[in-house]
Amino acid sequence: MRKDYGGRTVLDIERLEVRSGETLAVLGPSGCGKSVLLRLLNLLESPTAGTILFHGEPVRGGPGNRSLDVSRRMAMVFQDPLLFRGSVEDNVGYGLKVRKVPVAERVQRARDMLDAVGLGDLLSQNVSTLSGGEAQRIAVARALVIKPEVLMLDEPFANLDPPTRHLLQEDTRSILREQGISAIFVTHDQEEAARMGDRILVMDNGKIAQEGLAREMFHEPETEFVARFMGVENILRGEIRESSEGIARVAVDGGSIEVTTDREAGRSVTLGIRPEDVTLVPVADIESRASSRNSFIGTVTAIEMRGPIARVTLACPFELVAIITWRSAVELDIETGARFGARFKAVAVVVIDDDTRLVRDINEAEGPK
Amino acid sequence: MSTASQFFHALWLSLAVSGSAALISAVIGIPLGALLSEFEFPGRKTILTIVHAFMGLPPVVVGLYTFLVIMRTGPLGSIGLEYTVTVMVIVQVILATPIVAGFTHASLSEVDSRLAMQAMSLGATRIQATIVKIRQAREGMVASVIAGFGRVIAEVGAVSIVGGAITGKTDTITTLIVKQTRLGVYTSAALLGLVLIAISILVNVFLTRLQAGKGASEIGKRVTGYSD
Repeated sequence: MRKDYGGRTVLDIERLEVRSGETLAVLGPSGCGKSVLLRLLNLLESPTAGTILFHGEPVRGGPGNRSLDVSRRMAMVFQDPLLFRGSVEDNVGYGLKVRKVPVAERVQRARDMLDAVGLGDLLSQNVSTLSGGEAQRIAVARALVIKPEVLMLDEPFANLDPPTRHLLQEDTRSILREQGISAIFVTHDQEEAARMGDRILVMDNGKIAQEGLAREMFHEPETEFVARFMGVENILRGEIRESSEGIARVAVDGGSIEVTTDREAGRSVTLGIRPEDVTLVPVADIESRASSRNSFIGTVTAIEMRGPIARVTLACPFELVAIITWRSAVELDIETGARFGARFKAVAVVVIDDDTRLVRDINEAEGPK
Repeated sequence: MSTASQFFHALWLSLAVSGSAALISAVIGIPLGALLSEFEFPGRKTILTIVHAFMGLPPVVVGLYTFLVIMRTGPLGSIGLEYTVTVMVIVQVILATPIVAGFTHASLSEVDSRLAMQAMSLGATRIQATIVKIRQAREGMVASVIAGFGRVIAEVGAVSIVGGAITGKTDTITTLIVKQTRLGVYTSAALLGLVLIAISILVNVFLTRLQAGKGASEIGKRVTGYSD
């Protein structure tokens, strides 16, 4: 499926399947095409090329000639609540009204839905009096009340404060599960993707970068882009020098790192280490156990306090970022310029094949010298 | 006919003709404005340009052309509309409809377009989604009709040509003012002028209060995420 705007391709995906009853989290930076993907799947727009199948049947998109019966089996929640003027009841009942559900049933279902999301007492309130969290909850209720088979959520909780966001994530997740609704949840937050999604799809520049279970995405990213997006902050380039029995030694600039991989020696690879996997210890601990794998001594170059956690940068001499609790930062008496030991397990290192194709493309583009 | 009864007849006729013209313009102009704002079709831009140009149409010219069409020897002369109240309403509808359509188009284009998308994603047809936007911009709709009314009630050229300004029959406040000024009955003309000014002020007060009400709904903007 492809979508162009004014000659520019914003979305180009070969194949994407959302299974019945699953929640697919679509993760990517702003402008990666994830919202466009949702609008296409919701049939609000039509693809420039390609087909959308619903239960195996091709469906039409676009405001003028979309398959209305199919689109009425879906609903979408946007980043902003986008409530219509009027009462909460009018809003929640809107989808039922356009489906010509009789008034009595409409009112009853709106009432039940609001009770289910814990906002039953707001029924007759005007939407202009709601708080941001309440408004977004109403927006979710308005979509769920029509019992959609597929629910699209476009960064629905991005504008909410963390506690409210958490609450809504939990509530939405349990309703989706209980009612067996398939959902496509777009977000730029890896934690939210992991919390909401049965599977995660990472998008980059209109293309699918990787698709898989949350665990795979966090621990086996296939590209540097995906690794970075999933929170891998330490990215090092190197070459495998030795490899035997699933353990390899990779030479990086200024050191050597042991990793678990079956890749043979001589290959260029990119290594990724999550900062949470790096432990900081006093220098003496490292020196006393000379044989320990992946132990380095370096100088602290930066400390960033982030509330309960501290982000510490160490020059080993290659740069290594560690995230430790604020409490342990205080206990270890970490300060800029001090020397510290850093340690991480070989299994914690993500090994990504260097994209040789890309290098070749660049060489070809430059032409013979 | 006494001066007083002429006066009241003209006042009543002005309100009746311009009022019904404004209502008919609303029925034609709001859907037209919505069509131009919400739907893509060939010739849309051309029609929009024409609507905008017609918003400033000189009433006397509209009156003249309408008269040429409906006068007894004109192409539609057999209908017998010459010097009737009906044709006065028609000519004012021609003048007010572009205003209503133009204002409707402008206020709808200020409503967050995602609102229509949201409605459609909940199963609304395009027309139902457009109705959501119209409801969202309802102050704009009311303002457009009032602006149309304000234009035609103050207008003299068109009604006097097609209606003939027949005393006690097709005289409106404006045509009566013109007549009485010519006759030198200045006091009466000035009095009528005051009435017209009063109507004009009332219309403006109403519009301003509508805008103020719109200001209050700004609070809701944060929650609903739309801008109107």
